[in-house]
Amino acid sequence: MAKVDYEIPELKEYPVIPKLKKDAMAHSAPYVAKEKFQTPLGYAGELVDNWQEVAIAKMGELTNKYRSLSVFLDSCVKCGACTDKCHYYLGTTDPKNMPVARQDLFRNVYRRYFTLAGKLVPKLVGAQDLTEEVLDDWYTYFHQCSQCRRCSVYCPYGIDTAEISMAAREVMATVGKGQKYCNEIIGKAQTLGNNLGLPEPALADTLEGLEEDVEEETGVAVKFPLDKKGCDVLLITPSADFFAEPHVDGLIGYAKVFHESGVSWTMSSYASEAANFGMFIGSYENMRKLALRIREAAIELGCKRIVFGECGHAWRVAYSFLNTLAGPFDFLDPAYPVPQHICEFTHDLISKDKLNFDKSENDHMTLTFHDSCNVARASRMGDEAGGQFTLPRDIINATCNNFYDMPKHAIKEGTYCCGGGGGLLTDDLMELRVKGALPRMEALKNVTENNGVTHMAAICAICKSQFSKVLPYYGFEMDQIVSVHQLVSNAIILTKDEDSVTDNEAEADDAVAVA
Amino acid sequence: MAIEVDGQSYETDEEGYLEDLNQWRPELGSAMAMADGAPLDENHWEVINFLREYYEEYQIAPAVRVLTKAIGKKLGKDKGTSKYLYELFPYGPAKQACKYAGLPKPTGCV
Repeated sequence: MAKVDYEIPELKEYPVIPKLKKDAMAHSAPYVAKEKFQTPLGYAGELVDNWQEVAIAKMGELTNKYRSLSVFLDSCVKCGACTDKCHYYLGTTDPKNMPVARQDLFRNVYRRYFTLAGKLVPKLVGAQDLTEEVLDDWYTYFHQCSQCRRCSVYCPYGIDTAEISMAAREVMATVGKGQKYCNEIIGKAQTLGNNLGLPEPALADTLEGLEEDVEEETGVAVKFPLDKKGCDVLLITPSADFFAEPHVDGLIGYAKVFHESGVSWTMSSYASEAANFGMFIGSYENMRKLALRIREAAIELGCKRIVFGECGHAWRVAYSFLNTLAGPFDFLDPAYPVPQHICEFTHDLISKDKLNFDKSENDHMTLTFHDSCNVARASRMGDEAGGQFTLPRDIINATCNNFYDMPKHAIKEGTYCCGGGGGLLTDDLMELRVKGALPRMEALKNVTENNGVTHMAAICAICKSQFSKVLPYYGFEMDQIVSVHQLVSNAIILTKDEDSVTDNEAEADDAVAVA
Repeated sequence: MAIEVDGQSYETDEEGYLEDLNQWRPELGSAMAMADGAPLDENHWEVINFLREYYEEYQIAPAVRVLTKAIGKKLGKDKGTSKYLYELFPYGPAKQACKYAGLPKPTGCV
């Protein structure tokens, strides 16, 4: 853990609404994308001379295109219900991190140029000219929103700050002020197939290594197939699953589940990424390009189903937008959801009693579950409302003996973002990430002290990386975050290969004969 | 940004990663580590050298698991753990060691 020159918030017994501290985070802004990261995405390389004009035209285009956006901008009544709901406000105390204040940065400019009152009497209606100062404020504070949508749950009008933040980021990218972290990554995924920039030979080598490891540990030849044609399932998973910990332990879990299911599966080196950072910057075009790679891979490999691995916003894009972005998927088997989440896949096998577990393998841990924001509030799993909450918990309970939920305000619809979502998981925003994790850390501390929880499971690559990084700032250990399918991996009883099966059957026959 | 070594200036990005990978030499890695206040010893160099070898072959830094396995084989099983690597590189073995090795920063949800 690095030394820091800012104060780590204190964990309290219960959430306390902090006193406001003006401009507490005014200094925080991520690196601006240079030309080499901007132009491949179709954006201006640097701030264009007539940026005001371009920005206002873009705002007009977006508010016309997205009815939701103009409704959100028009309908706020300043009731204040959202003010204390943002983890970044709670962690940083900066009033501009109150959702309504964040929205107003965009709304006031919208009023000035797109409403009659704002055009005629701007001062009376809080309308604001788009000045360079305002643009800087946008850059600072729209990069302190992880688009987690928690505020929208408590807003009586359902105003979604995430959509406003996406729109603001797209306007900024268009005028030449995009964010380095997101735009560099989108460029890599569009050319190399994944956010890491992992080329096919490296991916193949990594997967081969995993096959060796799992066989060594279990004695069972669990495969991690890549670019194999004619399989039933194409698995699309975040590239962090290939690279980082505890992500890779989740990937091993998926492979074991596929192995036990008997369903043939493969990954694709062309579409080796579930994450879709196009959403974070509000760019339909870039989001679409990334989604189309998945379609192309599924057609090329002749798969019948698409299953997504543990990745929060990927599941939002997949569940909510994949069909309109890259559909129709009429070439897939209509008997299965298009697409399917790995938790749905595993849960289905568990409910049909097709997987065997030794839960005691996870007895060294007492678990809790972090609902990832995009899964919790922007998608669903299974056939019933709330399936995105029950399915992962059912899987944990099927594989672990010790599970406790965190306090009610911090789970399910009310879950707090990990602090690193929405394109903010970058080192240049570390202070924001640490402070934004406060509400989750408080909830975790609660179950640690009251229920003896030792580990927190998650189903999102960003959440896992963010927690590995920020847990130590709050006195926890970095490995207290685990993948849900890591728990599956630990507990699953693998069927031995054919020889051993024959042995077992022979024993069974003997037993019958003796009886 | 730039870093100076032996009177010569080397271009880096905002986060201190070398812009032109071909310019790398061991002295640069040492200078970067000194600037971060953590001089490199032979254990660090084992990791850095492996990263460079792997990069040469695959044009990417190795996954954490690949790295721990390789270090474990080279230096003994007790050192083939991410805990050991984090002790060496507290900012994260992938990111910090890549920087000293002159390799690009791993990007994405990592």
